[in-house]
Amino acid sequence: MATKASRSAARLMMAPAVVLLLGWMLVPLIMTLWFSFRTYLPLRGGDQGWTGFDNYVRFVSSSAFWPAVQTTLIIVVGVLIITVVLGILLAMLLDQPMWGQGIVRILVIAPFFVMPTVSALVWKNMFMDPVNGLFAHLFQFFGAEPVSWLSDAAMPSIIMIVSWQWLPFATLILLTAIQSLDSEQLEAAEMDGAPQLKRFFYIILPHLSRAITIVLLIQTIFLLAIFAEIFVTTGGAFGTRTLSYLIFQRVLESQNVGLGSAGGVYAIILANIVAIFLMRIVGKNLDN
Amino acid sequence: MSFKRSLLTATAMSLITASSAFADGHSATITIATVNNGDMIRMQGYTDQFTEETGIAVEWVTLEENVLRQRVTTDITTKGGQFDIMTIGMYETPIWGANEWLVPLDDLSEEYDVADILPAMAGGLSHDGTLYAAPFYGESSMVMYRTDLMEAAGLEMPDAPTWEFIAEAAAAMTDRDNEINGICLRGKAGWGEGGAFITAMSNSFGARWFDMDWNAQFDTEAWANTLNFYKDMMDASGPAGYATNGFNENLSLFNQGKCGMWIDATVAASFVTGDDSTVADSVGFALAPDNGLGKRSNWLWAWALAIPAGTQQEAEAKQFIEWATSKDYIELVAANEGWANVPPGARTSLYENPDYLAVPFAQMTLDSILSADPNDSTVEPSPYVGVQFAAIPEFAGIATEVSQEFSAAYAGQQSVEEALEKAQAITNEAMEAAGYK
Repeated sequence: MATKASRSAARLMMAPAVVLLLGWMLVPLIMTLWFSFRTYLPLRGGDQGWTGFDNYVRFVSSSAFWPAVQTTLIIVVGVLIITVVLGILLAMLLDQPMWGQGIVRILVIAPFFVMPTVSALVWKNMFMDPVNGLFAHLFQFFGAEPVSWLSDAAMPSIIMIVSWQWLPFATLILLTAIQSLDSEQLEAAEMDGAPQLKRFFYIILPHLSRAITIVLLIQTIFLLAIFAEIFVTTGGAFGTRTLSYLIFQRVLESQNVGLGSAGGVYAIILANIVAIFLMRIVGKNLDN
Repeated sequence: MSFKRSLLTATAMSLITASSAFADGHSATITIATVNNGDMIRMQGYTDQFTEETGIAVEWVTLEENVLRQRVTTDITTKGGQFDIMTIGMYETPIWGANEWLVPLDDLSEEYDVADILPAMAGGLSHDGTLYAAPFYGESSMVMYRTDLMEAAGLEMPDAPTWEFIAEAAAAMTDRDNEINGICLRGKAGWGEGGAFITAMSNSFGARWFDMDWNAQFDTEAWANTLNFYKDMMDASGPAGYATNGFNENLSLFNQGKCGMWIDATVAASFVTGDDSTVADSVGFALAPDNGLGKRSNWLWAWALAIPAGTQQEAEAKQFIEWATSKDYIELVAANEGWANVPPGARTSLYENPDYLAVPFAQMTLDSILSADPNDSTVEPSPYVGVQFAAIPEFAGIATEVSQEFSAAYAGQQSVEEALEKAQAITNEAMEAAGYK
């Protein structure tokens, strides 16, 4: 049992780490807030003083804002649906005894270890290029016209690339959950004559609900800030400009730090709304 | 002196010596940010010779064009101090020079011969008559075409073609069954990619970015004509997915023999006639097209080396710049790799050298460079300097967004009219916010 002295010592020893982590988060956050209220144009003489809520009004009233929010949410939802559905299927498949199981599992989780920029470049140049890409050659082989994936179907392409990267994560978490399922329960259901689909919906899926919740929460947090894949493949063109990409454009391409910072504050607010929503709706599972 | 004291003194002395040696060693390393173009990569191969001659070590940060621009701009505006030399262009140099962010190159050695730099290049890399960046290579744009395909189509390329002829020739050369596209042009979003091309092209159609009161001009007939002509021609004769193609993508297609014509940087001439090209023996060159309005659609650009103000290695950086942009460097490359591979477009003396003038694209490159005037690039008067850009700080941001709308129109996701309407709104909104109106 901890004494008063040991608790104080623990607090004292943890203090540097806590201060460091707080500083790590608070300094950029406070700077973002500070700049969002200032006219800060590095190419036009730098910081030009207070501007009140002008940056906030300009950012949200710009014609690019709502399409960017919409694009962000479409990508998040699209990737979540694909990774969770395919993740469950793959996890169930990988749970079956098979020859070379270890190698298959490593291959399935391999994409997770590839850097987002590298995977985006590989998809762009080796698979989706409409002239030299693998898909173009396959389409031509079957007598079809090659598709210009990154211009004609830019959003589905980006959702596909990002899903490919995140599927291993979902599979891994769900596979661990499936492996913790009591096999006797499934056998009993089978002996009672429950068909396969009913076994899945009434036993496996409820058992996976906590794992699915974790996948949804973690992926959502990362996907809201998706950037590298868009930067490499479409450069924000063809309706793929997300909120984080718009902020990048405002700060770095337009060199308007104040406006971009206001966008950053909006992004933080949006991320928190989504996180609170998720915690309230699906996060309940974690308490059960 | 006791043994203990002697030992302490010796230790202190050796520490001082070691630290000064470390400081010396440290001061002899310069960090250079550059673009991943062929000529720059070649220069990196010769860096060891510079280090041997001067004892100055060089560290390279090589980046793709769009990324380089963002990295160096961020570094210079935040005074990050990551680089001792930056590779920048004609857009950045006058703006940064005016802000005193660059070291003036007004004390280069006599042997370097500043007066030998082509006036068009020196002018574009100066502010108020002071040179702020030394051109590594200079370029305009021109038509590169397949002589064999032109012949097969029964056509002959004039030295100074019109857009009408280019569209006809493109259609005549297109052979979809054999994967040959009549023409390959940039459509990729980005102010320095598709944005640069369409702006240079629009000049020949009588269009401009701004009127004399800085009002956006995308609601004019000239812009509608430019974009409609480009899209119609590329839909009929361009490669699949041209809306995502930039310089490197088109270079690859041309070298694979999949383009009848390619209008792009003159610096590409040495690549399409080099070892990596499958069509090297049958490439011809012509001036970029016009429309009979008095302006051609070629641009003017230089990739140049500049020193950010505040660097601790100013002297060493100047030494490197003098080495890399000198006549001697040109001769070094010529001796090792042939005259066709020297960095072009920067020095007058190169175009007086008979060895270089024997290179098939040398004269056309010079003619193209000389026919572009950044101070008078549009048919109607414009308030800005620059051929394929307007030299104002806001341009890069605006033009990137505008070119994204254009690329979406090329891909058929919106009409040309919609793209131009959005471009007009984006530009006016940004100019108003920047205080021009």
